[in-house]
Amino acid sequence: MRYSFFSLARNALAGHSLWPPAWRPAKPKTGYDVIIIGGGGHGLGAAYYLAKRHGIKNIAVLERGWIGGGNTARNTTIVRSNYFLTPNSNFYEHSLRLWEGLTEELNFNLMFSQRGVVNLCHSQAEIESFVRRYNSNRQNGVDGELLNRDAVRRMIPALDMSEDHRFPVLGAVIQRRGGTARHDAVAWGYARAADALGVDIIQNCEVTGIRTQAGAITGVETTQGDISAEKVGIAVAGHTSQLAAMAGVTLPIETHLLQAMVSEPVKPFLNSVVSSGTHHVYVSQTDKGELVIGGGLDGYNSYSRRGMYSRIEDITAAAAELFPRIRSLRLMRKWSGAVDMTMDGSPIIAKLPIDGLYLDGGWCYGGFKATPAAAWCLAHTIANDAPHDLNRAFSLERFRTGHLLNERGQGNRPGLH
Amino acid sequence: MVIKCPFCGPRADVEFVYGGAAGLTCPPDDAGDTAMTDYLYRRENPIGPHRELWVHRHGCGIWIEVERNTLNHVITRTGPVGETR
Repeated sequence: MRYSFFSLARNALAGHSLWPPAWRPAKPKTGYDVIIIGGGGHGLGAAYYLAKRHGIKNIAVLERGWIGGGNTARNTTIVRSNYFLTPNSNFYEHSLRLWEGLTEELNFNLMFSQRGVVNLCHSQAEIESFVRRYNSNRQNGVDGELLNRDAVRRMIPALDMSEDHRFPVLGAVIQRRGGTARHDAVAWGYARAADALGVDIIQNCEVTGIRTQAGAITGVETTQGDISAEKVGIAVAGHTSQLAAMAGVTLPIETHLLQAMVSEPVKPFLNSVVSSGTHHVYVSQTDKGELVIGGGLDGYNSYSRRGMYSRIEDITAAAAELFPRIRSLRLMRKWSGAVDMTMDGSPIIAKLPIDGLYLDGGWCYGGFKATPAAAWCLAHTIANDAPHDLNRAFSLERFRTGHLLNERGQGNRPGLH
Repeated sequence: MVIKCPFCGPRADVEFVYGGAAGLTCPPDDAGDTAMTDYLYRRENPIGPHRELWVHRHGCGIWIEVERNTLNHVITRTGPVGETR
């Protein structure tokens, strides 16, 4: 069923009892042309693009829990494309352009809101570093502007602009096309669109083994039985290392925790996404009025999904430093996600050293904004058994050849990217 | 999380800075790209017990080796670098 004003009116008159399910519950068949492991935005999107753009029809998405229940549910919904290095810049800009048309394409309201992403600058050096990055962005066709103090004050009245501040706000940069999107809707929208093209979405189906023969994929072992496949794509976020290990591949990845939290809802006072690299914090306000607050990694390997308290203190203190008026707000909840941090801070979308096995992983904390382009590139890589120009640089080989994509120049310290 | 520094005793985790997996040794210069890639970048990244390096940055400043479970953060051993095995 196509969602429209008329379908809404018709179903409202019928007491909303006639809506069909958005996707079928599916049981695994004995084999598929392509199996995607991981039913988050990336995996469901890859299945959608495989069916839509590459004409492959016999596809299954296997999800251990429920779709969109992993890191798709745990991010802070920010979308932007202001990356410095050209391969990253081109890739994330492609993603942003897909985002801009995705609600219409999927016929599913992603609540994509291009409210602007602001990066505050607290020193002259930080301004100059951002100017360099934004000049590079503009040369790559990515929008970006420098804001002086007055412009920042006008745009974000709630911000503490006092000059005697420990780290005064000297200016900012903004990507106006950046913003936020509804994270659940991305998974649901892709799931519904993929289902309509015949993709089987199989939930509660954990992959326990990857079967290979003579260096090529033959299928996967799951909690719902063995399934054969000609090609398998992995898109599982934090547990990427475990899936790759099932196929005997060791990856340049450490899994770390990233925390986020939301406050109680208040009246709207913040209409952009505000982040501060100096303070290690970013803040946005949802349509419901809650503040979504995030910051840096906990900084050590962990799969526990229970963040350390000292990091919550750092993040909330930094947020209150920027916005003194939020000091008395209560936090409603906090959570953490296990993120697969690569050794250079950039992702991997590539063939693995086993025929028919492909990886979309190592997203660090940039996976949500990348969802459409990552899915698009993974689908292209699987269908053609070769990367697209947009993800050619996101190879696994780059760690051996030295063609690293290290945005921040931090070296092989994933906790610092 | 409380980490028992072998030199200072039990201290809060915020006194320490993480240094990644322990037990990695730099291969000789002529070992080749693959061996160097393994050393620099490839990690087991296990769920469960993990040998790792920490430095007691806000204490004695000495690097230590810790065996910690990455799923529940229970620390089973700490000691000077190279002695937890």
